[in-house]
Amino acid sequence: MAQIFAYIVHKDGVLDDTALELVTAAKKLGGEAIAVVTGSGVDAVCTEAAASYKEVYKIDNEALAYPNAEVVRKALVSVLPSDAIVLIPHTTFGMDLGPGLSIKMDSAFVADAVDFDGIEGSTLKVVRQEFGGQVSTHMNCDISTGVVINVRPGPFLPDESKSAGGSVVDKSGDLGDLAVGRKFLEIIVPEAGDVDITKSDVLVSVGRGIEDEDNIEAANELAEAMGAVVSCSRPIVDAKWLDKSRQVGTSGQTVKPKVYMAMGISGSFQHLGGIKGSPFIVAVNKNPKAPIFQVADVGIIADILEFMPELTEALGDK
Amino acid sequence: MEILVCVKRVPDNEENEIELNSAGNDIETDDLVYSVNEWDNYAVEEAIQMVDANGGSVTVVAVGDEESEEVLRREMAMGAEKGILVSDDAFEGSDGKGIATILKSVVEKGNYDLIMTGAQADAGAAQVGGMLAALMDVPYASLVNKIEVAGDGLKVGREIEGGDQEMNEITLPCVLSIQTGINEPRYVGIRGIRKVASVEIPTMSASDLGLGADAVCEGAAKVTRQDYFLPELGEGAEMLEGSTDEIIEKLIELLKAKGGLQ
Repeated sequence: MAQIFAYIVHKDGVLDDTALELVTAAKKLGGEAIAVVTGSGVDAVCTEAAASYKEVYKIDNEALAYPNAEVVRKALVSVLPSDAIVLIPHTTFGMDLGPGLSIKMDSAFVADAVDFDGIEGSTLKVVRQEFGGQVSTHMNCDISTGVVINVRPGPFLPDESKSAGGSVVDKSGDLGDLAVGRKFLEIIVPEAGDVDITKSDVLVSVGRGIEDEDNIEAANELAEAMGAVVSCSRPIVDAKWLDKSRQVGTSGQTVKPKVYMAMGISGSFQHLGGIKGSPFIVAVNKNPKAPIFQVADVGIIADILEFMPELTEALGDK
Repeated sequence: MEILVCVKRVPDNEENEIELNSAGNDIETDDLVYSVNEWDNYAVEEAIQMVDANGGSVTVVAVGDEESEEVLRREMAMGAEKGILVSDDAFEGSDGKGIATILKSVVEKGNYDLIMTGAQADAGAAQVGGMLAALMDVPYASLVNKIEVAGDGLKVGREIEGGDQEMNEITLPCVLSIQTGINEPRYVGIRGIRKVASVEIPTMSASDLGLGADAVCEGAAKVTRQDYFLPELGEGAEMLEGSTDEIIEKLIELLKAKGGLQ
């Protein structure tokens, strides 16, 4: 089998959670991965990665100081063998990098893999999801000329054993030209909103099921009756019905409430990625197939526009 | 500025409960409601706003069967000047690279400064934009939630984790994949659609584009879907059933026990 490589995401000298998840993902593929660390001044990150990977490729260059996917792509193409199995976290960075990398390596590409179902000859079986997680699929992938796989953060549990005792190999000398047409400028951090949803123990979180801006009031009333704060999923922010600071998800806030009321939220993995600390999740949705019911503790099939006012009223009677 | 926006006709996630067929290996497509991919709609709106401010024109292209024409017409009713339907039985079974290869050949027939796609579509792969850029050898930025014209190029914001925005300079021509929320797509009414009902939308086939079966179609695909199945993630929720009063009583009991009532 071709060599597996795991791209290590790191920030401020610390490994991302996905770094240890890819150890597990590689094992599921039946192999051990070589970690690939790009950046500028990354010796400490490489040492940390070597605790979990038997071998770590260090690719150190000033041009890689910020992980601009266009530059990283050129770096990986010049360092990795053409038949490599490359694992990349399916994050905003991985989405930027993976598809183009597969073209330049002339490899197959699979996005957002949630599981692997073995390799037979040069065919890899990958499990992924479609239609916002409503259905899963088996994809057959011809890996005879290599493959780039974007791996969903979460489904593969991190390998915490840290017993690899690996070595760091400096591959910086293999780098070719790193000039690209896209230049990183800066990170803009959004302004804080009127409430901090990360501080609330109970969240009444609304999604598309709210249907109209006027109906947000029903969520406010329920939240008031519960002593909770209103948060939401992405479409509500896209529609400008609630402030960005109220969005739960990987592209919004990460929350750790005790109780999470998912009202009319389907439960995309990006949304669920923002819910930590195993809260008690109550899901109300009129679609019995909504993926949220697979992760919720309690589910109710109902239209939130009818259900929320009734619950509010019942709480008022108590 | 000449802008090409790639759009796709997809089952509308909001309107559909996706169900498996009786054999359990494919989705039931009979009753599905289709619409333009949500992300693409934001891309078209952004392109129209850029052209309104800077001049030029917007072209929309869809790869699909003839029913994709309605999607093109909808986007033209928003303000896209031209539409191109790319349709050929030979494209059946193409993987992401196949679609990107088809789009590249469409791009080469025109003279575009900027190509946009939605950040993702129904399969959630988020792959075609990045593949197209790499095939064309032009720069790419994904998940774009802000675009400003800056000199000869663009200044673009990318949505990254935690709601942060990553600002980049990018040269033209380039490919951008557009994230939802970048703008507020305009409403299209029946009257708007009627206005463009008679505009001719040319159809391009594989031979029009000079594409052989080795480049696209199922035979060239390295990634092929084998089946659909229902995911089993965890044990699933305990479903509360009964009358609304019974459900609410039980729920309040649970919320009290879990600290959900402050």
